[in-house]
Amino acid sequence: MALLEVNNLKTHFFTRNGVVKSVDGISFSIEKGEILGIVGESGAGKSITGFSMLGLIDSPGKIVEGEILFDGVDLAQKSEEYLQKIRGNEIAMIFQDPQTSLNPVISIGEQLMEAILYHNKKASKKEAYKASVDILKLVGLPAAEKRMSSYPHQLSGGMKQRIVIAMALLNNPKLLIADEPTTALDVTIQAQILYLMKKLSKDFESSLILITHDIAVVSQLCDKIAVMYAGRIVEYGKKEDIIFNPKHPYTKGLIECLPKLDDNKERLYQIPGIMPSLLGLPKGCYFKDRCEYADGECDVYPPEQEIDGRRIFCHKAK
Amino acid sequence: MKLFKNELLIEYFEDKLAVVGLFVFTLLCIFALAPAIFSPQNPYDLAQLFLENSFQGPNQNFLLGTDEQGRDILSAIMYGLRVSLYVGLASTILSVIIGFSLGLISGYYGGWVDTIIMRIADIQLSFPAILIALIIMALWGAGIGKIIIAITIVNWVYYARTARGVVLSEKEKDYAQSAKALGMRNFAIIFREIMPNVTAPIIVIATVRIANAIILEATLSFLGLGVPITEPSLGSLIANGYQVLFSGYWWTSVFPGIILMVLIISINLIGDRTRDIMNPRLKR
Amino acid sequence: MTKYILNRLFHSTLVMFTISFIVFFIMFKAGDPVELMLPPDATQQDVVEMRAALGLDKSFIVQYQKFLSNVAEGNLGNSFIYGQPALDIVFERLPATMELAVIAMIVSILLGIPLGIISSIKPNSILSRIIMFFSLAGISVPVFWTGMILVLIFSVILGVLPSSGRGEVYLFTSAFTWDGIKHLIMPVITLSVFQLALILRLTRTGMMEVLMQDYIKLASAKGVPRKVIVYYHALKNTLIPLITVIGIQFGQLVAFTIVTETIFAWPGTGKLIIDSIQNLDRPIVVAYLLVISFIFVAINFIVDVLYTFIDPRVRV
Repeated sequence: MALLEVNNLKTHFFTRNGVVKSVDGISFSIEKGEILGIVGESGAGKSITGFSMLGLIDSPGKIVEGEILFDGVDLAQKSEEYLQKIRGNEIAMIFQDPQTSLNPVISIGEQLMEAILYHNKKASKKEAYKASVDILKLVGLPAAEKRMSSYPHQLSGGMKQRIVIAMALLNNPKLLIADEPTTALDVTIQAQILYLMKKLSKDFESSLILITHDIAVVSQLCDKIAVMYAGRIVEYGKKEDIIFNPKHPYTKGLIECLPKLDDNKERLYQIPGIMPSLLGLPKGCYFKDRCEYADGECDVYPPEQEIDGRRIFCHKAK
Repeated sequence: MKLFKNELLIEYFEDKLAVVGLFVFTLLCIFALAPAIFSPQNPYDLAQLFLENSFQGPNQNFLLGTDEQGRDILSAIMYGLRVSLYVGLASTILSVIIGFSLGLISGYYGGWVDTIIMRIADIQLSFPAILIALIIMALWGAGIGKIIIAITIVNWVYYARTARGVVLSEKEKDYAQSAKALGMRNFAIIFREIMPNVTAPIIVIATVRIANAIILEATLSFLGLGVPITEPSLGSLIANGYQVLFSGYWWTSVFPGIILMVLIISINLIGDRTRDIMNPRLKR
Repeated sequence: MTKYILNRLFHSTLVMFTISFIVFFIMFKAGDPVELMLPPDATQQDVVEMRAALGLDKSFIVQYQKFLSNVAEGNLGNSFIYGQPALDIVFERLPATMELAVIAMIVSILLGIPLGIISSIKPNSILSRIIMFFSLAGISVPVFWTGMILVLIFSVILGVLPSSGRGEVYLFTSAFTWDGIKHLIMPVITLSVFQLALILRLTRTGMMEVLMQDYIKLASAKGVPRKVIVYYHALKNTLIPLITVIGIQFGQLVAFTIVTETIFAWPGTGKLIIDSIQNLDRPIVVAYLLVISFIFVAINFIVDVLYTFIDPRVRV
């Protein structure tokens, strides 16, 4: 049985201007120890997917349909109390911007220790303190003991992100969701953080969902890739298949966009146009207005197909 | 730009309370603009006052009763409303002009100009407005012009601070820098580029501060340090009525008070809504 | 830390000097008090002698120096009306004023913050809307109007609460006797309504902004219970800036005792200043302004210093 199996998940936001279908019927699964990459442009619904796993959808948003089977239990049906025990314990999350992820008026130590103390009622403060220091050392934070009494404004962005990662690993979660964990960091630190995460998820035997707009990151770290577009998954399969043999025009575009060092082309490839607003989606395939292969057939949303070991939604893919 | 403004208007009308506020405020303004048309009598024409009518409770002839001189309270309210609104609006406009200009100058030029203006503002802000206005009025004596100036003196600070803050943040933005690089003259930069960005927050504050100015005037008048008895505002009407409250002539003070309260609430409803619309951070 | 405190202390002293100058300048400009002090049948000779005796014939600077040294000695002259040292009269009345202001502040904080939190958690619920409507009314009602309506209802119509005076005072306050409490109720409500509404609204806005922050969401993602997030994580962030506001608002409360004391004939400094302004009792006005200014400056200083202890981001 897969560790996590998401079936036909729909998370919609009921706004004044209409229903925004941020996540609209996606399915994927992740095995123990596996790394899944969710790729797409901003606004494609990647982050909402991540938050849905933890039941952290704020009003006016709501999970309206679908299953989130975690260890066989459907989290979409569970109470807030139940989810609270899962959060930070069995499923942990890492946010995009370390600058805003830590509470500015609570010490680092306290923010770490509470993650242990609220889940393990038997743990003493002393044990929580020791565990927190250990994990800070593990993520490579220098002067870990001293950092426990620091406040976020005293630390650099890279240090903060290490702390956020440490926080997520404290309870040895079965699943780690990282939402653009390196986007807000300097390029030099990005690689360090990414490899740290890969190493730790292997060491801790945690599965990892890596949410990113950067297909290059995914191609290096992940076992499986799901490409999202306008709230839906358009192509989903093993990394090798998707990266080396993309079938969906959008995936092809994303890969074409990557700069290659041995390539002397004057301009990088661009996917023409922009992703449509979720309030004004075109009839049929959402990508058709930007797609060079689109024709009349694409006025109907493409059905699910299995091609070369991947799941794909495209009339033109063969 | 046109569309954008319409959208804001439409959004305003989505809040029922805010619409009620706007409606009531407009209504009160109409009465205040032309009290002679609506009021049953001219309360300051002594020829129309008869002592035998004094202290009548609300009745058919005098809907809201009369005071000791036989003056119709309803008419007095309409005229008083005019004075209160005039003081509130005039002092707000004056303080916006002065505060806004000083704030722009302070923020744009920085240096010692900034230091002096902001020091004065700091010291002034550490004192309650009412106390400063009270002292000024105690020195000058009552008068409509005087109270407008007194309120302006205490209120310019709020606009100056806001304008300065916005200028400081806008100044760093690319367009202001590039305008400077293009060699636009200093004042041209301030007014053409920065002005539009300062107006939204100033409008929000001004709406709230009109209400404050009216309350301040009413309070000073209540204490006998506001507008002169010959041209009473709502505040002075209430003060007059308060003197006979214990004799049971409650209508002389309660009705002007209710109107004052309704006026302030309606302005605050408008202010609240304006702020919500203009503050995108609290929007979802 | 010491450096910061010294810096603030210096700043406060500077402000106090500026204020003393302004107060003196106002009095200097306000004209000659001698004619008020002398009996109506005094001769021109008497006026000149009195002016010389008071040093009023000297230049502005000399007079200001004299004024400052008098202030340093605690001598602000005798009240024209009461004939006693002005400063003594102000200090004698101060406890009554402080009693009102402190109790009103406590009431506003104890009610305003919890109600603000409640209305921020579910901003669109009916309860929140009711709270918000009343808070809007609260900031819209002039202080004197609240006082008047209370007097009308509870003193004139129902006759259950006394409309004036301080009642029986035990030690330094009337809060310890039943009679005193009865006298306190209406003035305290009158004074608190606006502050309560203001603190409520600031708490609510602050909480709503904080609750939208990433670190709140991350705390949820860590599995911290919602109650802890609201009442600890978010509240701590909201309350820190509120301390400054509460400090400034305490000054407002002290100022508004002028109105409250006038309505309820409360024997404090607020009533004293209004009476003294009407009676042109200049020494009292000067003494009042200096004492009240000192209180404001002291509060600002305390708040500034306190802030650095409470907010880790500005800890020096």
